[in-house]
Amino acid sequence: MSGTGIGAAVRRKEDRRFITGMGHYTDDITRPGQVFAYFLRSPHAHATIKSIDAKAASGMPGVLAVLAGAELANDKIGNLICGWMIHSKDGSPMKMAAHPALAVGKACHVGDAIAVVIAETLAQARDAAEKVKVDYAVLPAVADPAAAQKAGAPLIHDIAPNNTIYQWHLGDAKAVDAAFKSAKHVCKLDIVNNRLVPNAIEPRAAIGDYDSGTGAFTLWNTTQNPHVARLVIAAFVGMAPEHKLRVIAPDVGGGFGSKIFIYPEEVVALWASKRVGRPVKWVCDRSEAFLADAHGRDHATHAEMAFDGDGRILGLRAKTVANLGAYMSTFSSSVPTYLYATLLSGQYEIPQIYCEVDAVYTNTVPVDAYRGAGRPEATFVVERLVEVGARELGQDPAELRRRNFIQKFPHQTPVIMNYDVGDYNASLKKAMELADCKGFGKRKRESARNGKLRGIGFSTYIEACGIAPSQAVGSLGAGVGLWESAEVRVNPTGSVEVLTGSHAHGQGHETTFAQLVSERLGISIDDVSIVHGDTDKVQFGMGTYGSRSGAVGMSAIVKALDKVEAKAKKVAAYMLEAAEGDIEFKDGKFSVAGTDKSAAWADVTLNAYIAHKFSGQELEPGLKETSFYDPTNFTFPAGCHICEVEVDTETGTTEIMSWTAVDDFGVIVNPMIVEGQVHGGIAQGVGQALCEGAVYDEGGQLVTGSFMDYCMPRAELFPALKVETTLTKCPSNPLGIKGCGEAGAIAAPAAVINAITDAIGTEHLAMPATPATVWAALQKSNKMPQAA
Amino acid sequence: MAATDTAAVSMTVNGKPVTANIDPRTLLVQLLRENLRLTGTHVGCDTSQCGACVVHVDGKAIKSCTVLALQLEGADVLTIEGLAAPDGPLHPMQEAFRENHGLQCGYCTPGMIMTAVDIVRRKGNELDDRTIREELEGNICRCTGYHNIVKAIAAGGRAMRGGGSASKAAE
Repeated sequence: MSGTGIGAAVRRKEDRRFITGMGHYTDDITRPGQVFAYFLRSPHAHATIKSIDAKAASGMPGVLAVLAGAELANDKIGNLICGWMIHSKDGSPMKMAAHPALAVGKACHVGDAIAVVIAETLAQARDAAEKVKVDYAVLPAVADPAAAQKAGAPLIHDIAPNNTIYQWHLGDAKAVDAAFKSAKHVCKLDIVNNRLVPNAIEPRAAIGDYDSGTGAFTLWNTTQNPHVARLVIAAFVGMAPEHKLRVIAPDVGGGFGSKIFIYPEEVVALWASKRVGRPVKWVCDRSEAFLADAHGRDHATHAEMAFDGDGRILGLRAKTVANLGAYMSTFSSSVPTYLYATLLSGQYEIPQIYCEVDAVYTNTVPVDAYRGAGRPEATFVVERLVEVGARELGQDPAELRRRNFIQKFPHQTPVIMNYDVGDYNASLKKAMELADCKGFGKRKRESARNGKLRGIGFSTYIEACGIAPSQAVGSLGAGVGLWESAEVRVNPTGSVEVLTGSHAHGQGHETTFAQLVSERLGISIDDVSIVHGDTDKVQFGMGTYGSRSGAVGMSAIVKALDKVEAKAKKVAAYMLEAAEGDIEFKDGKFSVAGTDKSAAWADVTLNAYIAHKFSGQELEPGLKETSFYDPTNFTFPAGCHICEVEVDTETGTTEIMSWTAVDDFGVIVNPMIVEGQVHGGIAQGVGQALCEGAVYDEGGQLVTGSFMDYCMPRAELFPALKVETTLTKCPSNPLGIKGCGEAGAIAAPAAVINAITDAIGTEHLAMPATPATVWAALQKSNKMPQAA
Repeated sequence: MAATDTAAVSMTVNGKPVTANIDPRTLLVQLLRENLRLTGTHVGCDTSQCGACVVHVDGKAIKSCTVLALQLEGADVLTIEGLAAPDGPLHPMQEAFRENHGLQCGYCTPGMIMTAVDIVRRKGNELDDRTIREELEGNICRCTGYHNIVKAIAAGGRAMRGGGSASKAAE
């Protein structure tokens, strides 16, 4: 390992601009002649739009246009789509309803965009929006998915009877039934995985800029995947052909999944720019974001786990109702299916698994992938069942886990996934030592002396990352391939630009990707620039989500570097008058094997461009190579998180006393950045477990619609976090990387709830486990601290 | 702007006198970002909760989304851009955030750093974890889980005691 190579905790190259206020986020960009968009949104969860009267608004100062769904339809702007086809058990395709960027005919959730006002200033656009008169006929609404499926429920889209999008299943129901019949014990749980609002601190924003001279559009957008946005807006929305649409994702302030999707507002910003002949900027308010950004999770599950007399797991079955909201967001269909049920084997040898999933429309904001996406939901089901099962059987939860761990790899689960490698004993053992599990009894007694209940909770999670082999996801319904591209451009002086289809919005790619190049080429990381987030620069890419940028994006860079090295060796062979096969490359130097003849990296790169040592017939000048890397398998990061809590019986307040995470992410490029990813993931998972929850009332009004009433985790919620790793190298990619971005969010909720339920002595505890919820549970369990 | 009355306001921003004719409802953060193009100060919410917009006014941290620019006639405003000289050494708190990986996406970071400098001013250079976490009540980060921010502020506080040219820029 060199000082800046793979494995070094290199300080981030991108930080200087962020700590000095010199970042360039979308809202920091001002285009000449720029005007502003303000969206008028439905205050009703479900309502027919009888008429829109924009006369008064159109005459307001500074107003350039007031546009609604009718104009959008007249201009033949196409609908937004969901790009992953799921078929129901009966073979019928999912029921994807039309999703226009501005509502046509009726509004389907509070916040549904009805019209947009374009004005010279944002204040003028806001003022004018107040003068737009919309005549609504309010319809009955339904926010609860179980209620939405009942006969007589309000029908949201004619295409989907009973508001049911699909009824999907995975696994062998009969084999699972047989396994349960032979069981000595069955653990049964009803689990709600609470609805979350992603809340990246940078709100979404878009600037649409149409150039009438060339007929080309440019979109600056807070997106995690600019090329996917361009593809959808070109091919499905029909705004412009792909080569006439440039999408730029500048600095993006966090994503967590919510900035993957193609949303109405960017479509409208582009379209309105052409209508008014000016660049159009839209920046989301936070309270607006609660109504306009895709939410996450929102599953209700009944799950059962069958055990034999020795505590071995015989089978698992689950029935899940997934709330997808009012429209199908871009990847919404894949989250409660192939990103969820395929992980229900956890780290365990489970002979039979069967899962049924109903996806349902409700009059709520669309739901799509949020950090972890399906895998936190699966982990919560599995880790609650294992924990509660152990308690019901009177067995030690850690021991029961160990007994059921998969020991041999590769391991084919009953739910598609083929785990390539792992050592689950190692992470459990190390975590238990770091958490001082042996001393827990003593700490519990100390807590009791202070009138507090102490509990400990485990979560031995697994995830499928490095998303994903294109053929595999294609066979499961994905509309796209999930490879990644890289282009390595070597300049004559030897410095390097790497153009990547991955996109960083906090992950530190400008540093980690440069570390890879530095190690491989023997040049300083300061001589490497990472270029991303612009469809005019990077040819194509699938973007960043699913913990894929290391395993897939960096693998593409490795493949391109292989080609660069091969070409450079040819150049060096001409320079050193040696056979190409005799050229060795090490530490930035080309040498002829067995001689003292050598050429430095920058000499060879210069010669590649001046092309004086070889003819054009022998070798093309230049040094630039491209790779499209398609993975051969998912990767399987796994680990053990242990949470210890103290519960105040008087107030129901939970304090996290310690957190221990031991994760196996395969090879780690920059441990400092990996630890940061784990910290952030844990915080989001703890947020889900303790304080976050989007709440709708029966009429479909979002009760938690701002930071005043949606509880974001703050610094005080956490202790210092202990984060360590174990290592089994991923065999399916050249660097051995598994991915780390989602682990914390996947592992954490189960660890917290297992700890609190251990403390309070009842399993009936919903997330978020707020003080009120915990206090109410305590009143039923009557558990009091026992110091003895 | 034609139909709106404007009003003039003058203040000092990052050591330079500025005067602007503004719509009276203009917030300080809007003046900074839109009129002065100082876009390092960010807007992350609309309820004064997130702290991405924290700047110093007359030496004290305030949320610039929660004060009208007109209220600050004659005030001395310091933003993240003024904390250290351009191309000069970083302020010790900025350096501590980089050294301790106290940022990821960078969006909350300017507000965090301005808050951190204010915490040190009020609570001293030796800060324990509990104090820092309590004092960060008004700043939300979605990326870091706060762990490294807390480390950075503790280290930055100690480094600020060392004085030196970089730390003077904050005072």
